[in-house]
Amino acid sequence: MKKGKKLLENSYLILVLLFLYAPILMLTALSFNASRSRVRFTGFSLRWYREMLSDPAVLLALRNTLLIALGSALFATLLGTMAAIALRSMRKLSRNLVLGITNVPMLNADIVTGISLMLCFIAFRISLGFQTILISHITLNLPYVILSVLPKLKKSSNVSFEAALDLGAGPVYAFFRVVLPDIMPGVLSGFLLAFTMSLDDFIITHFTRGAGINTISTLVYSELRRGIKPSMYALSTMIFAVVFLVLLFVNFAPAWFSGKEEKK
Amino acid sequence: MERALIDLKGITKLFDGEIILDELNLSIRENSFVTLLGPSGCGKTTTLRIIGGFERPDRGQVFFEGRDITDLPANKRQLNTVFQKYALFPHMNIFENIAFGLRIRKKSESYIRDKVRYALKLVNLVGYEKRSIDSLSGGQQQRIAIARAIVNEPRLLLLDEPLGALDLKLRQEMQYELIRLKNELGITFIYVTHDQEEALTMSDYVVVMNQGYIQQAGTPEQIYNEPENAFVADFIGDSNIVPGLMLEDRLVRIFGAVFPCVDSGFGRNRPVDVVIRPEDVEILEKEDPRAILHGVMSHSIFKGEMYEMECTTENGYEWLIHSTELHEVGTEVGLYVKPSNIQIMNKPASEDEEAIGVEE
Amino acid sequence: MKSKRMKLLALPYLVWMVGFIVIPLLLVCFYGFTDQSGSFTLENIAEILVRENYRPLCLALLLSAVSTAICFLAAFPLALILRSRKIGRGSFAAFLFILPMWMNSLLRILAWQTLLERKGVLNGILTALHLPGQRLINTPYAIILGMVYDFLPFMILPIYNTLSKIDDNTINAAYDLGASIPTTIFRVILPLSVPGIVSGVTMVFVPALTTFAISDILGGGKIFLIGNVIEQEFVLNSNWNLGSALSMVLMLFIILSMALLSRYDSGEGAMF
Repeated sequence: MKKGKKLLENSYLILVLLFLYAPILMLTALSFNASRSRVRFTGFSLRWYREMLSDPAVLLALRNTLLIALGSALFATLLGTMAAIALRSMRKLSRNLVLGITNVPMLNADIVTGISLMLCFIAFRISLGFQTILISHITLNLPYVILSVLPKLKKSSNVSFEAALDLGAGPVYAFFRVVLPDIMPGVLSGFLLAFTMSLDDFIITHFTRGAGINTISTLVYSELRRGIKPSMYALSTMIFAVVFLVLLFVNFAPAWFSGKEEKK
Repeated sequence: MERALIDLKGITKLFDGEIILDELNLSIRENSFVTLLGPSGCGKTTTLRIIGGFERPDRGQVFFEGRDITDLPANKRQLNTVFQKYALFPHMNIFENIAFGLRIRKKSESYIRDKVRYALKLVNLVGYEKRSIDSLSGGQQQRIAIARAIVNEPRLLLLDEPLGALDLKLRQEMQYELIRLKNELGITFIYVTHDQEEALTMSDYVVVMNQGYIQQAGTPEQIYNEPENAFVADFIGDSNIVPGLMLEDRLVRIFGAVFPCVDSGFGRNRPVDVVIRPEDVEILEKEDPRAILHGVMSHSIFKGEMYEMECTTENGYEWLIHSTELHEVGTEVGLYVKPSNIQIMNKPASEDEEAIGVEE
Repeated sequence: MKSKRMKLLALPYLVWMVGFIVIPLLLVCFYGFTDQSGSFTLENIAEILVRENYRPLCLALLLSAVSTAICFLAAFPLALILRSRKIGRGSFAAFLFILPMWMNSLLRILAWQTLLERKGVLNGILTALHLPGQRLINTPYAIILGMVYDFLPFMILPIYNTLSKIDDNTINAAYDLGASIPTTIFRVILPLSVPGIVSGVTMVFVPALTTFAISDILGGGKIFLIGNVIEQEFVLNSNWNLGSALSMVLMLFIILSMALLSRYDSGEGAMF
């Protein structure tokens, strides 16, 4: 009876994984397909990888995507961490108000956030382009950073900061040597979360990009009608492989190096 | 002789290839208060969890009144557990927590209400039905956990270090409560703790465990007065454990001095371990003819009900002594131990038995 | 004094927040309540009562509700299994379930299009098994599948996080008191995972309700959801007033659903 249960559980896990990975396997296979066909695999080829590397539109989109993801994540992390620290010393009422508004871009529909930002840019006569995508992504990222940092701050609280001041440290020195190392895990996970959100965003970019600039997502979307170039499959397969390796390394390298610590 | 309620036969349990319990045999009589005592990692909690049905032994069997229940799941066993950190259901109020088991058994609403009220009365928390779990102190949560278990009228109650999270005064209060409850309800208790004082105070039968083995099982008096090996002697209260040589029956040599004792049957010139409790070492005038060993007082601390002192004898051994009379540090004294207060033990036969080394 | 200086740290963010969260939302409201010439009107809001607008809204509500329910039914047993296997947050198995989120979601949805097509992989398998081919693509079912696929990890993660915080002994206590496994799940584990479920439901329901990309790709441009209608008003028809008004109606439904859910939530988010 116990064996049957385990078999059932394992089949379920495999079924869900199959569901999650089927399209990814599909895309990977198509990226190595010799022909353009989306249904038939006609032979192994690296043609689309070569084409991708020589297609300026694809490379530009990749560059934009990475620059925006990195820039917006960095800026949001800086601004968000500062805000989180300041939030702690605010009175409850104003803190709850600020936190309530902070949550809006995370909880609201992306389409509404995108539209509202577009209306705002046009109203303030900021021309749509790279800078508006960047601003929009920062806005989208901020709640994720703040909500990752805040819980860590509660734990370290004022105590260690005050202890450092008491021992003669200046506030700036105390911040960098005492508070920041304490909240670093929160800051890092906030940054990674922000980077990921930005990387995968389509809807907000769609409304705030204006003409003439593309990220990977908007490039894919604009090619939908005309038919996707398989070089996009090659690009996304490559990105996926890189992310997979990086995450694998970040998550498991410490455990491998320090032996099998996580046995229990 | 009452019949056994629980019988453990050859229980072996491994975790990740490490032996936690090794061929454990234990029989527990109905209506007794049994304590499994030992340091952390000795296997006492694992033993309890095997009886409770939360772990399956790798080898061996568990019998409940002679019936093999090794493969019976926890929810079919006629026993209940009070968990270490209470494990109350945080999404239910106190009434619902206590009523949980009764609702599973589909008891009538009026029956449940009466039983819950009765259980709350037993643990001195009448009128707390509607309160939430968060609003209770640790001690109160503990009482609710006990009420939640006993309301089901189990034949056997398992308690896993239930008082571990409470402060000293509360713990002593709860110890008396538990003894009272056991006597009122007539249920068999199996209690796990690492606190030797708690074990001696509460139980009729103490099982001292270490490294997956039972070191000694007996009444609290037997465990305290006649420890069978150095581990038990050391774990149960302070004691002087010294190497000795059994010269013949009722005569042992310690540090060159010969002490009369009451033990026999060890043979001639056999090396043994000798246990002498600190309160059994009597301090005499230096010239007193009864003195067997001589030494100098080397330490003294006032502990309230007595002085804790140390006396260094000629060979360099520091004897731990408890006495209500102060002997100033530096005075030369004589030491004497009554024959009946000298406990002779066999040297540990194997590495396994020698759980902790005897320090000198 | 010290805390005053600390508060100054928030200033840049507060300016940002007002400029890029509050003002934009006010602008949406402004456009929603005015006509092309800028004078106040309720006409655009009333447009939701027009058939071309309320049908996509109702369909979006239906499809997103069904998708959310399916996500929950799939994610809860999965999280239970992961928990019972003592699979930690950093383990490889847990990692496998969130990894797909790092491939471009539009492309992954597009891959489903290929899988579901009339001559696609799934129908190929059906034919090979001598079963009749199915019309899968361009149906509401395809859209539901896309929604479930895209948002399932957002249901798994918070539920799994709350489940792994439940003390083993709390569950053991239920068994100890005689509860069977199903009883334990419904009376103890499920109620205790409510915060995670609430987070998961929000994180699936809102994006599913408002999507236009999934319906675009898997609906073949024939099935319109409210998201498609709003997108068209802005991108094709350039009717910002109507688009804003419909967005406001959409927000109303989001707020309503959150108000409904907040009754069950203890206030602590389970995502972090």
